[in-house]
Amino acid sequence: MRYVEGALKGHQLSGARLIRLLEDGDPEGIAGLKALYPHAGRAFILGITGPPGAGKSTLVDRIIGEFRGRGLKVGVVAIDPSSPFSGGAILGDRVRMQRHATDPGVFVRSMATRGHLGGLSRATGEAAFVLDAMGYDVIVIETVGVGQDEIEVVDLAHTTAVVCLPGMGDDIQAMKAGILEIGDLFIINKADRPGADEVAKQLAVMLDMRHIPHGEWMPPVLKTVAVKDQGITEVVDAALAHRDQLAASGKLAERVNLRERHFFRTLVREMAAEKVFGAVEGTAAFAALLEDLRDRKTDPYSAAEGLVGRLSFQA
Amino acid sequence: MCMDRRDETLRLEAERWQVGVDKSVGKHPERKASFESLSDLPIGRLYTPRDLPGFDYVEDLGFPGQYPFTRGVQNTMYRGRLWTMRQFSGFGSAEDTNQRYKYLLDNGQTGLSVAFHFPTLKGVNSDHPLSRGEVGKCGVAIDSLRDMEVLFDGIPLDKVTTSMTVNHPAPVLLAMYLAVAKKQGASWDKVGGTVQNDPLKEFFAQKSYVWPPRESVRLLVDTMEFCAKHVPKWHPVSISGYHIREAGSTAQQELAFTLADGIAYVEAAVARGLDVDSFAPHLSFFFDAHLDFFEEIAKFRAARRLWARIMKERFGAKDPKSLWLRFHTQTAGVSLTAQQPLNNIVRTAVEAMAAVLGGTQSLHTNSFDEAEALPTEEAVTVALRTQQILAEETGVANTVDPLAGSYFVEALTNEMEKAAREYIRKIDDLGGMVAAVEAGYPQSEIIRASMEFQRAVEDGRKVIVGVNKYVKKDAKPLHLLKIDDSVERAQVARIAEVKKNRDNAAVEAALGRVRDAARGQENLMYPIVEAVGEYALLGEVCGALVDVFGAYQDPAIF
Amino acid sequence: MKKVRVLIAKPGLDGHDRGAKVVAKFLQECGYEVVYTGLHQSPEQIVNAALQEAVDVVGISVLSGSHEYVFPEVMRLLKEKEMEDVLVFGGGTIPEDDIPALLATGVKALFRPGTPLADIQTFMKEHVG
Repeated sequence: MRYVEGALKGHQLSGARLIRLLEDGDPEGIAGLKALYPHAGRAFILGITGPPGAGKSTLVDRIIGEFRGRGLKVGVVAIDPSSPFSGGAILGDRVRMQRHATDPGVFVRSMATRGHLGGLSRATGEAAFVLDAMGYDVIVIETVGVGQDEIEVVDLAHTTAVVCLPGMGDDIQAMKAGILEIGDLFIINKADRPGADEVAKQLAVMLDMRHIPHGEWMPPVLKTVAVKDQGITEVVDAALAHRDQLAASGKLAERVNLRERHFFRTLVREMAAEKVFGAVEGTAAFAALLEDLRDRKTDPYSAAEGLVGRLSFQA
Repeated sequence: MCMDRRDETLRLEAERWQVGVDKSVGKHPERKASFESLSDLPIGRLYTPRDLPGFDYVEDLGFPGQYPFTRGVQNTMYRGRLWTMRQFSGFGSAEDTNQRYKYLLDNGQTGLSVAFHFPTLKGVNSDHPLSRGEVGKCGVAIDSLRDMEVLFDGIPLDKVTTSMTVNHPAPVLLAMYLAVAKKQGASWDKVGGTVQNDPLKEFFAQKSYVWPPRESVRLLVDTMEFCAKHVPKWHPVSISGYHIREAGSTAQQELAFTLADGIAYVEAAVARGLDVDSFAPHLSFFFDAHLDFFEEIAKFRAARRLWARIMKERFGAKDPKSLWLRFHTQTAGVSLTAQQPLNNIVRTAVEAMAAVLGGTQSLHTNSFDEAEALPTEEAVTVALRTQQILAEETGVANTVDPLAGSYFVEALTNEMEKAAREYIRKIDDLGGMVAAVEAGYPQSEIIRASMEFQRAVEDGRKVIVGVNKYVKKDAKPLHLLKIDDSVERAQVARIAEVKKNRDNAAVEAALGRVRDAARGQENLMYPIVEAVGEYALLGEVCGALVDVFGAYQDPAIF
Repeated sequence: MKKVRVLIAKPGLDGHDRGAKVVAKFLQECGYEVVYTGLHQSPEQIVNAALQEAVDVVGISVLSGSHEYVFPEVMRLLKEKEMEDVLVFGGGTIPEDDIPALLATGVKALFRPGTPLADIQTFMKEHVG
């Protein structure tokens, strides 16, 4: 099968093309993914999330350097938003990762959200998969930092780091409750600016409210100045410590399992929907149903029940 | 009482005129629904005294050479001395450029202006991997003092002033220039000229940065301190708006961001403990002269007045020379077209005239072939003659600030100042220009203005003759100047030769002292002068500074 | 959903990125996904980025006169990496006389100063849709 052999050998071109096929929804990509599946599951997946302007890309750049210094190969999926108007995107995260531009042990893939209704696109997880199977030891997922993707990256990653800024003040409160509850480590970047200590205090308060039982992982609050290479070692140490603790407690396997099941369920949902709509789209009956919906002769629930009720499934 | 009656008459006459206008426009609409300047300032049909309420000659204009200097910084301006005709020039090897300089001086150019190639602008040598294909192409290749000696061979540095367009590495090039002067026997207190040395605009306009913002400003203040002490006729900085405009900003942004950069430098020098009157008289500026004739003139006049007010009110400068905004102008490169290139001669002439009517101290006129390449000798001669014709044949230099009192020009000047103040206020709110640069503010303003301009051209709302109107396929392409790869080979060889003939131990020691000074508070010019004297290469000195300062990475703000 | 991916690159030491950024933004407005490399790219970095990002098209902006070195070198590296199906176009201050030699190396189009953005859009539609 095209690209699979190459990807398994770690050939960047093969992996890149396979990721592209998957991103485009090409069935050849899915066939490739199936072949790669048994070979994935080795890599450590680190999610980096946080609001725009927090300096995530620069931080990721330095984190890559730190991992490389420890002899680990790093893959990166850097996500940027697609324009809701044009559907296009400017993917500029790569600019901040220049120093690794010709390092064969680093693979950076920029990805647009492609109108994915909030959250991470399927392609993000698929790309992480391919990079895993290619042999990258660490895969960093850098999210856009607005909307559901912050929460969803937690599903995808083993360890999620939340990046904040000094002076965020009230914004900390406004940050989605979910991410504050689920983040495994908190990084205050640009910590040389005034207000870093205040943010650290607020985070400590929030973490306190999580009532983490003794013996379980206590998310550290770390300070970095990524542009000056300060605090990076501590971040990587903390991420790896988290991973190690998960592995030792069996929680890592549990998380990975949960993640795969979640992904599987999502796939079933999407495929089932595709099957249903594929069957009825364009038919006169379906058009009539949509008209009834518009004229309020039926409601969305009844309409959906009607369609799905016609599905039969042999378990 | 008399005034009231005159005002009333004016008002009635205006109304009467308006009635007539409404009738005319009703029958025969104007060419466009609305008229804007190149920078989208709304332009009215007519300007009258009613557009200048409260206008006060002494407050708003003053006399030339007197606060607020709207009409000019010298009291006789061009009647006393014409502007310096200073054509920016440089290409190939130091030998090639030395020849061009001698040609220009023989043909009436009155000051030199050095264009360096990209490796020099970025502080790397001609043999650096990224220099491939770039050596000598956009300016002269200077890798060491050796090249500088050749560049100014036969040119007396105590008689000719030189402007060197280089920014972050400027202290090194200045040190080389001073070393050549010394070898010629010219004493430093007679040496005059400018280094552009304007670090902040590199981050959002020209992008020839090397080290990060705060470190680059430190180096600038070191240069200012050094020159004030040792090279008193030298302008250690040319605070530039040209590149900001060329990067796509509007005229108002050009004015505002330039002065905001200036404010940041003055603040940094004052923070260092320097008395404002000790360095402010040596500051100079550099603006673009674009095609919208009156907008540009208004910009220059507003610049002088606004800077004078800032220096007086904000910094408490006492010496009148501290309030002077002296500037060099270059006609807008970005207005030149590759299509029908001879049209560019007209564009340059109009832009040059705006600069002269705006009171520039020195001027560079572009050559007609510069949309595509560096100028040929023929083209640069026409550019120089343009200035000479303006000076000698048109009469525009015969009186000071001839457009003063024009209702239109004064209204536009006020508009420019107002718009610039607004931007400066925003920048102050962000914490000053360094903080604004770090936050990406000027960068995002410029990309936005660039996109809007491009859209306006594509829509035909802004006309470019020969490009989106009056298009005609060119008869035959111009003969252009070509720089071949022999320069690269020659420079690489020369670098090897310099390394062989110098005392490498002394160079290493000197570079060590540069690093030490960079880590501490010592003025960096002294160890740089020393290193350069030992024939340390430009790339080596800049490399030593990068070792301590770090290298700046552009975050590509859209 | 299939989208066309484009790499916009600035090679060498030249910092004049107004053109590259305007084209990048325009292509985004046309619905393309544009990976922007930023400044100071070597030909290896450009090709490496094109490889990892699996782009369909590479656009290179040169205003420093180094086009005679950069374009052939990028084409050579693309061939070496077996990426000859990637489309390459360029823009900047490239004299008319130099264009035929560059096109002969496989560059599909060179857009000189004053080219309307609409021309670039037409080129993209014709070649990649």
